[in-house]
Amino acid sequence: MSVFSPANPAALYAENNPEAVAKYWDQSEHHPEEGASTPLGFWVYLMSDCLMFAVLFAVYGVLGTSYAAGPGPKALFDLNLVAINTAMLLFSSITFGFAMLAMYAGQKGKTLGWLFVTLLFGLAFLGIELYEFYHLIQEGAGPGRSAFLSSFFVLVGTHGLHVTFGSIWLITLMVQLAQKGITVANIRRMNCLSMFWHFLDVIWIGVFTFVYLLGMI
Amino acid sequence: MADVPGAQPTTFLLGRLNWDAIPKDPIIWVTFAAVVLGGIVVLGALTKYRLWGYLWKEWFTSVDHKKIGIMYIALALVMFVRGFADALMMRLQQVWAFNGSEGYLNSHHYDQVFTAHGVIMIFFVAMPFITGLMNYLVPLQIGARDVSFPFLNNFSFWMTVGGAVITMASLFIGEFAQTGWLAFPPLSGLQSSPYVGVDYYIWGLQVAGVGTTLSGINLLVTILKMRAPGMTMMRLPIFTWTSLCANVLIVASFPVLTMTLILLTLDRYLGTAFFTNEAGGNSMMYVNLIWIWGHPEVYILILPLFGVFSEVTSTFSGKRLFGYSSMVYATVCITILSYVVWLHHFFTMGSGASVNAFFGITTMIISIPTGAKLFNWLFTMYKGRIRYELPMMWTLAFMLTFTVGGMTGVLLAVPPADFVLHNSLFLVAHFHNVIIGGVLFGLFAAINFWWPKAFGFRLNVFWGKVSFWFWVVGFWMAFMPLYVLGLMGVTRRLRVFEDPSYQIWFGVAAFGAVLIAVGIAAMFVQFGVSIWKRNDPAMRDETGDPWDGRTLEWATSSPPPDYNFAFTPVSHGLDTWWDMKREGAARPVGKYHAIHMPKNTGTGVVLSAIATVFGMAMIWYIWWLAVLSFAGLVVVAIWHTFNYNRDFYIPVTEIEAKEAARTKQLQAAAGV
Repeated sequence: MSVFSPANPAALYAENNPEAVAKYWDQSEHHPEEGASTPLGFWVYLMSDCLMFAVLFAVYGVLGTSYAAGPGPKALFDLNLVAINTAMLLFSSITFGFAMLAMYAGQKGKTLGWLFVTLLFGLAFLGIELYEFYHLIQEGAGPGRSAFLSSFFVLVGTHGLHVTFGSIWLITLMVQLAQKGITVANIRRMNCLSMFWHFLDVIWIGVFTFVYLLGMI
Repeated sequence: MADVPGAQPTTFLLGRLNWDAIPKDPIIWVTFAAVVLGGIVVLGALTKYRLWGYLWKEWFTSVDHKKIGIMYIALALVMFVRGFADALMMRLQQVWAFNGSEGYLNSHHYDQVFTAHGVIMIFFVAMPFITGLMNYLVPLQIGARDVSFPFLNNFSFWMTVGGAVITMASLFIGEFAQTGWLAFPPLSGLQSSPYVGVDYYIWGLQVAGVGTTLSGINLLVTILKMRAPGMTMMRLPIFTWTSLCANVLIVASFPVLTMTLILLTLDRYLGTAFFTNEAGGNSMMYVNLIWIWGHPEVYILILPLFGVFSEVTSTFSGKRLFGYSSMVYATVCITILSYVVWLHHFFTMGSGASVNAFFGITTMIISIPTGAKLFNWLFTMYKGRIRYELPMMWTLAFMLTFTVGGMTGVLLAVPPADFVLHNSLFLVAHFHNVIIGGVLFGLFAAINFWWPKAFGFRLNVFWGKVSFWFWVVGFWMAFMPLYVLGLMGVTRRLRVFEDPSYQIWFGVAAFGAVLIAVGIAAMFVQFGVSIWKRNDPAMRDETGDPWDGRTLEWATSSPPPDYNFAFTPVSHGLDTWWDMKREGAARPVGKYHAIHMPKNTGTGVVLSAIATVFGMAMIWYIWWLAVLSFAGLVVVAIWHTFNYNRDFYIPVTEIEAKEAARTKQLQAAAGV
């Protein structure tokens, strides 16, 4: 059965056993499904991003009480404002979900509409956050005031930067949807952005709980 | 930014870049002159032989994992020469600076040299080397035509190049960090390091780090999603398994490095108080965080090489790898354990006995799966018909050297012993013992093993042996004295010495370094001679399987065609190619189909070039350029997403022609 002879390795290529060839080589025409790896790849990316936030949460956990004789959370946080802000982000997640449903229903106009609403909620969130930051810095509670404020600004600000990039991505994708329609490539992109957007929601719930709510106790 | 301590005068146009940025050191001028001259020669030759278009079209913009892999390794070799030059300078300084002599390097220069040596050797030699190896081999071993995200792969490579460019630029413009390779604050903070050194460090690593993280994601997904039919996880070639674990470690640890460096950046640029001495900062936070990345990092480096040694041992013993599953489980155990040992890098922080005991014990436990691996290799060799080719020689040298390094590591894992040896030359000897004896020897084994696959001819054996013996003997001479010096109480990173009894040991170490230099030179001679004599029939690899290999990369021609395999291989067990050969399925021919492939693109080069400019602008406080280049990054990235036309089909006629040539080549080799 064996045609292998170490003395002349090249000889083994000359004799082929058709059954074995059929067993070991798929000779039919087939191509890996385009973009089949993208959802997994994007998930892995999100998990690596999640680790960056994990570092920031850990830093906040260690430095969150290092006030350096400066103001603490109770003196600074306005829970009502943060509650409104949280609502903005949560609503934006729901409307993104509606956009996905509309996309799967093949309704391009409706998809774009819901994406636009999502964008407005995202921008509202960013606006309120910027207002909060501006207000804190005006009060002399900027990121350099204490290690607590450094870790607060960077944790919340990194989340805000993510929302900013998500919004730029959202606008880009709206243009692409308008141009190319609901194609396979665009559905894939929408799925990625959707994961990204909901991921930011999850992170925000962590921020809201551990930074704002626990800070007020 | 004006009120920060040590702020330099800045201008709008050039930030803090001015004539003072040119180093005043004649050693650097000579180096600079040599680099400029060498650069002119290389660029002139490229122009004269009209190679620019070829390089751009066939290499720089290529999304082919094989070409990207080779480019990674070329980058690593270039940077290796730089990193080794730093090592020689340190050896010379330390043997010189006795009996009241200051040596030839001032402290400002010497501190940059040891920092650059560490940074370059880890981030720009070892990392690109293993990434290149994984890039080249993983898709071939799993029977795929490319990685999951080919464009991302090209982009990752160029980001690594960008980081290397930033790091190298610090040699001639400004300065590099003088902090040691991990840049611990408060030394790396603005008060102690006000000038550009630490900023070069930060931005060089951040730009390269983007590439590393993305390439980790890419290879991880490739291994999980692109395997050939029938190749279950427990049929993966062992190198692919160790690569999988290394990439899991990359994805799960590099984000920590990125974020830690961002926090240091914010301390330096925006005046936050994470790691500062005042305002409640905590510099030990940085040390903890960076080692949470840093310890997995050493396993990122060594695990793929464990895979290389496994492939080499089993191939050159003519036997299936002993204990394949135990090897897989050992690798997975090491992967997990590598996350719970980081504190052993700073037992002296004073966390208390129980914390130190925990981390000491977890560290010692890692030696169990590692020991299991060594026994697996030994049992693979046992009763095998061992061929002492170059890859096998490197593997044996590794087993002996690495075991000693591992044992000194277990010794350092004992917290009371570590209190004596912390930051001593004993530690320096230990980690060089495992990194050179493990990572570098493994890479040399890999180069000698897979070179014929990549280029179609084997490497010269004589010069390979010269390199081997000079390297191995040189290594032992260079680092054994450091163990002794460490036990005598010499701490690392010292520039001048009072006690003359140290000098003889530094002399032996310096001589060892010279032997290593000969070994490195011999390796380049080996490459040169082999390329020169590449058409020698004795050295050519006509079959694609020069070593009687076992895994799928040997099932295609050397070098493989763009599409790797004309048909999709199907796995029915471990060592698929070995089975194919035994059962007579080595050469499938038949009706070919057009093959779907990704198109080349220059976007990766453009993006990383802009990222490099952004890094330099941030280092020199050229804010307008930083804003402009960042905006440029975003715009180019968005522009790239508007290109929906990214793939093409290799026509059947082209495949038929290539495969017919291959058949002819095989017939000629077989003498049919």
